[in-house]
Amino acid sequence: MKLLFRLLVACTVLLLAYGFCQAIFIAPREATMGDVQRIFYYHVPSAWVAFLCFFVNFLASCWYLMRRGSNADALALASAEVGIAFCSIVLITGPIWARPVWGIWWTWDARLTTTLVLWLIYVSYLVLRHYATGGQVPVLAAALGIFGFVDVPIVYMAIRWFRTQHPQPVIGGGEGSGLDHRMAVALLWNLAAFTMLALVYLIVRYRQALKAREIEEAHAQAALDLEEAR
Amino acid sequence: MTPAPGVWTITRRSLAKDLRLEWRSKDAINSMLFFALLVVVIFSFGFDPTAEESRRIAGGLLWVAILFATVVALNQTWTRELRNQALDAYRLSPAPPQALFLSKTLGNFLFVAILELLMAPLFVVFYNLRPVGPLWQLLVVAVLSTWALVVNGTFFAALSIRTRSREIMLPLILFPISIPALLAMVDATTSILTGESSPAFWIRLLAVYDLVFTTVCLVLFESVLNAE
Repeated sequence: MKLLFRLLVACTVLLLAYGFCQAIFIAPREATMGDVQRIFYYHVPSAWVAFLCFFVNFLASCWYLMRRGSNADALALASAEVGIAFCSIVLITGPIWARPVWGIWWTWDARLTTTLVLWLIYVSYLVLRHYATGGQVPVLAAALGIFGFVDVPIVYMAIRWFRTQHPQPVIGGGEGSGLDHRMAVALLWNLAAFTMLALVYLIVRYRQALKAREIEEAHAQAALDLEEAR
Repeated sequence: MTPAPGVWTITRRSLAKDLRLEWRSKDAINSMLFFALLVVVIFSFGFDPTAEESRRIAGGLLWVAILFATVVALNQTWTRELRNQALDAYRLSPAPPQALFLSKTLGNFLFVAILELLMAPLFVVFYNLRPVGPLWQLLVVAVLSTWALVVNGTFFAALSIRTRSREIMLPLILFPISIPALLAMVDATTSILTGESSPAFWIRLLAVYDLVFTTVCLVLFESVLNAE
């Protein structure tokens, strides 16, 4: 098990390095935006990983409410935290890219605002986990996790009607879309690398959460034993 | 043996009890009204609009004031049941949890509706509002928006009474989830007040929001009520 995990970490590091080479040295310079466009190879994979993590959180929350395993709760916690981390990367790299290209740091456009609202929802999820006490944390958190995920499409619909400035999906987005072949290759490598990276973080955080629970239970048991010995 | 009362009977009785309690104490409605009044007065110091501008911003101000005031009322929903372990007694009884949730939600809906009825004239006076669009649509928007705030608010109030510093917790979890509803209610109200665009999309969005979250609340309430 340990060996397998180390192998996974090694693969991830290699992939990240290769993805970096692809994004910085091999992919061609974008005609209008220049080198700043290379942030794309980190922006998009982070967004993908964040959404994936929030989806995992939703599944784990449902699983917990149906089966009540502490494994599901640990997975929900891990995926929410990793998701927020990558979502933060999206929200930070976005303005850095937007400033030179659009001339503004931020705009209240559908995708930007949805990402921001998503970030807010999952931060409130962590706040709830932090403030809730005792054995009810997993149930309350799972309920909020489901609420948050159900909210996402509604947020997206609402804000899309509000206004949109973000570019249409570039890949498979209909007429006039499409990437240069080398750009697509660089993007795919980075997508793979970031997914692996998220997986590594998830596994580490998941194990940590389980260990933390074990330690807590051991403490409680020790306190009980001490009580009995008296 | 008499047959067990149905969901609706329990809902009705629980609601009647809440209304009677509120009628005698007037805890929620008084604090809510005064709070909303304060917000409106402070807003009018913050912005000094002309008639044209006030039509544009009144929708936003009105709903933000109502949102804040609703949180004040929602925080009191469940604390009342904590006294004398009334909530635990309810959990032990065979009464369906959904009935309890529905009665609380309906009660809050009534309180907030009363608040809106009293606030709307105040807004017209303070901001010199003369709406341009069709007014009956405002009624539809008000009903749908109030339900949107109250259904999730009642649910999250039940979540937050289980936490430390529960009064702070409720807005922290309610506001992010309510963002699309808030956007819809503000834009629908503004488009009715200014008469510039049709609120049809926003009304539909509010209806979908209400439907989806009422279902989710009813499905999940039992596990939250029995969380240990």
